[in-house]
Amino acid sequence: MPTPRKTACVEIGGIPIGLLTDSDHFFNLLCKRYHGFLSSSRPEFEFEFDLIPAGPASDEEARVRREGDDWILERGDFHVRCDLRHGRGVVRQSANLYSLDSVLRLVHSLILAQRGGFLLHAASAICQLPGSSVNDRAFLFSGVSGAGKTTMTRLAPEDVTLLTDEISYVRPNAGSYAAFGTPFAGELAKPGENRSAPVAALFFLEKGLENRVEELPSAEAVRRLMRNILFFAEDQRLVEALFATACDFVARIPVRRLTFYPDGRVWDEIREFNEVAEHV
Amino acid sequence: MSENPIYVARNSAIAARALAGEMMVMNSADSTFFTLNEVATVIFQAADGRTPLREIVRDRVCKQFEVDLAEAEADAEQLVSELSQHGILITSNQPLPSETSR
Repeated sequence: MPTPRKTACVEIGGIPIGLLTDSDHFFNLLCKRYHGFLSSSRPEFEFEFDLIPAGPASDEEARVRREGDDWILERGDFHVRCDLRHGRGVVRQSANLYSLDSVLRLVHSLILAQRGGFLLHAASAICQLPGSSVNDRAFLFSGVSGAGKTTMTRLAPEDVTLLTDEISYVRPNAGSYAAFGTPFAGELAKPGENRSAPVAALFFLEKGLENRVEELPSAEAVRRLMRNILFFAEDQRLVEALFATACDFVARIPVRRLTFYPDGRVWDEIREFNEVAEHV
Repeated sequence: MSENPIYVARNSAIAARALAGEMMVMNSADSTFFTLNEVATVIFQAADGRTPLREIVRDRVCKQFEVDLAEAEADAEQLVSELSQHGILITSNQPLPSETSR
């Protein structure tokens, strides 16, 4: 008698994705890993798992390409074929959550590119701003490895909600952009909170001897944004869509260079920046 | 400027957006990114593959920037050569489709 399939619906960025497996062990792993992001929504996409024995870990770059109407996502440790228009896909991988995290990131990056959003190499957090026209605002902190993404999240005061210390999730929302929490953790090894808020600003981080916020010319902002967007697909149409999104984001959201000395006072600078922005 | 007419067309792999008065172009084939100066922007926008570069310089560049025709033609030829090397424009001695694959 065949084992009944179980579905874990994981909703990141308001996009519910059903993960179907007939393995109780893998299902339990999924539920534990994405605990804060499990949802009872009807999945927009369903991915069936074909679990294979574990192979060696893979550190190669993922490849994402089209094959007819399907997308093929592959790396040494997984192979995915999916039809995003019909919301279906098959994932072949071992019962390895590292592989699954990568698959989910790639799938979301494709969905977001089609919907005017993106995944960004950035930490993000919600700052409560009582007295502001919007109480909760999200701040994104991007930069190369070592620029200070994790440091910024470690320095955050208690009333700041961490959305992620590694991969920020950005979607268009009400004529602007909103950031969503993700379970994708970096050095902090702590998943973000499943919350969202309008984006107040994007900061490109640099460590320095003092805290300083500086304007970035639009072209430089777009250039840096494009460099930090997670996108692997070899698809001209989607790359062009992402470029349009990056330009739109820069036109709507303040993008600044934040030089910071790594202590808690940098968060005063963030709040101050927001207060000034609110009154402009 | 060379005797033969030079026709210029945009590479179809180039995506372009104007933002805060600057024209940004990206080659979607390799994600390289450029910001065009004002003269390059005028030439890029006028690069329809049918209008000779000489006419673009005479009717657009010289009118907008009040520069000497001979000097502008020499600069434009140099500029188009650089944009072509970066895959932003395609050049030919024959008319081209307005967006051309490289």
